[in-house]
Formats: sequence, structure tokens, C-alpha cells
Amino acid sequence: MKGRMAIIGDGEGVLVFRSVGMDAYSADDARSAAKLLSELAERYQVIFVTDELAKQIEEVIAAYASRAYPIIVPVPSVRGGSGYSAEMLRRQSERALGMDILSRGASGTHSDGDNNAR
Amino acid sequence: MARINVNPTRMELKKLKARLKTAQRGHKLLKDKTDEMVRRFSVIIRETKRLQDEVEAEVVEVMRQFSLARGSMSKKEIELAFSMPSVSLALECTTANVLNLEIPKLHMEEVSGEDLYPYSFAEITSEADYAVAAAGKLVARLLHLAEMEKATSMLADEIEKSKRRVNALEYVMIPDIEETIRYITQKLEENERAGLTRLMKVKSMLEERGS
Repeated sequence: MKGRMAIIGDGEGVLVFRSVGMDAYSADDARSAAKLLSELAERYQVIFVTDELAKQIEEVIAAYASRAYPIIVPVPSVRGGSGYSAEMLRRQSERALGMDILSRGASGTHSDGDNNAR
Repeated sequence: MARINVNPTRMELKKLKARLKTAQRGHKLLKDKTDEMVRRFSVIIRETKRLQDEVEAEVVEVMRQFSLARGSMSKKEIELAFSMPSVSLALECTTANVLNLEIPKLHMEEVSGEDLYPYSFAEITSEADYAVAAAGKLVARLLHLAEMEKATSMLADEIEKSKRRVNALEYVMIPDIEETIRYITQKLEENERAGLTRLMKVKSMLEERGS
């Protein structure tokens, strides 16, 4: 299957990704972003969304979580990452393992042993 | 524990025993599957985390660089410069099967034009060049990140589901069946004893009458 990529951002910051073959769209608020996303989801296989927007349209994104495509990925915007995607990973870790294995840093290797033992 | 509502007959007992066997085997298999998924998940999530940190830092860098370029040009000019991309990416999307889970696999082939830059150098500042060059290098890793993040989230989902199934089997279905089996066995034994005492009673009554 041939895939296409798109990026949704607030403002023109995402335009630069046009030069590398993505289609860039801009959305000013959560409502238009949600609408845009549901339109693009049919046509694109990989969609990047800047994380401030992604945070606001979480439910829309969650609807695509169980399918392999489209892949919707939060990326930081010009103002820097808001830590949203790290937060997502942490939540997934908690959901799957019942605990957060990422932020425990040094004791991480220990929890690995636990998981193997079970 | 709730007993399943069935007639206490030998037939039902036989059926239930078969069901118990299936449930126990299913439980074992599912548990093994969950354990393996958890093992893979804990590996994959660390890698995703690492990649995410790296790629996000680079994305911010690219965006910053680009906003510098934007600062020195009008919005129209920028729009114009980037309106016709010279690079088109051919993205091959397939799925890979990991533990019966369809996770996406991306493969990028760059079908580039002669040049990465979609504009002529005369019409734009050099800051934009840096941004575009950095973005070009970033795409492959962005896609890898997309793939990994999706795999992580799908795996997390699947682990949650299969954990729930394992628990349902372990704490509801199997105990229920076991209890029902016990109930039927007891009932059958009771019937047998009742039949036996009845026979003995009848026999003694007959003997009394005969004497």
C-alpha cells in the first residue's frame, strides 16, 4: 500500500515539512483541527499533529488507536514540546503494566527482571 | 461464586468437564501470550521513549530554525517558496504481525527531484536552507518514531485486553465451572445414596412381609 504523510500544526511552522514531501495543513483551534483530522485520516497513512492541538483533540485521535493506519503522532511545535507525547507513553505504560516504568530511571533494569519472572 | 444454572445430570457434567479443560488451556495460553507481550512492551517502550526524546528535540530545532527564516520574510513569500515541493516521498505501508497483532511497518523510498530545496536560492534566506536540510534528515527518523509509537500504543491496548480476558477466565469462568461440577457430582452421589437406601428399605420391608 502506498502511503502519504501530512502534518497539522498551528501556524506556518509546519510549512517547512512541505519541502520533504509532507502535506502541511494548519488549524487554528481544536474544532477545526478535529474536523481536519477526520478528513485527512481517510487519505493519509501518517499524520503528525503538533502536541498542543493533539492534546485538545485527544478523543478524535483515540478513535484511530485500534487500527494500524492512519498513524497519528504528536510532535512538538515551535514553542517546544509540551511533554504531551511523553505523557502518552507514560499512560500507556501504566495501562499495560500497571506502573510507570519510564520515569523510574535507575531502577528500570530491576523492573525488567520482575516482568520476566512473572 | 455463582453456580451455572444447569440440570445436575451426567450429560451436563461431561459437558462441563470438557469446558473446564478448554477454559484452563485457554487461560494458560492467554497468560503466556500476555507475559510475552509485556516482555516485548517493556523493551519497545524504552526504545520509543529514547527515540521520542531525540526526534522531538530535533523537530523543535527544525521549527526554530524555520521560524528564524520566517521572521525575515513575509508570510506570502514563505507560502510561495514552499508551495511546490521538489521532493516527493514514496511511502510503502505494510503491516507486520506481532503476536497476532497487526502493527504498521513503514518503508520510505525517496524519489527526489534534482534538489532538496523547493525554491531558488535567490528568493529566500539561508536560514530556511538549514531548516529544510535538517527536516530532510529528520523524516526517516520521524517515520520510525511514528511506527514505534503506534506499535507501543497498540501493544498497550492489546495487553490490557488480554489481561482482562485472563482475569475473567481465572477468577470467574474457571471457578464457576469448578463449583458447578462439584455441585453436580454431589447431587449425583446423593441421588445414588438415596436410591441405595430405598433399595435396602424395600428389601427389608419385603423380608418382613415374607417372614
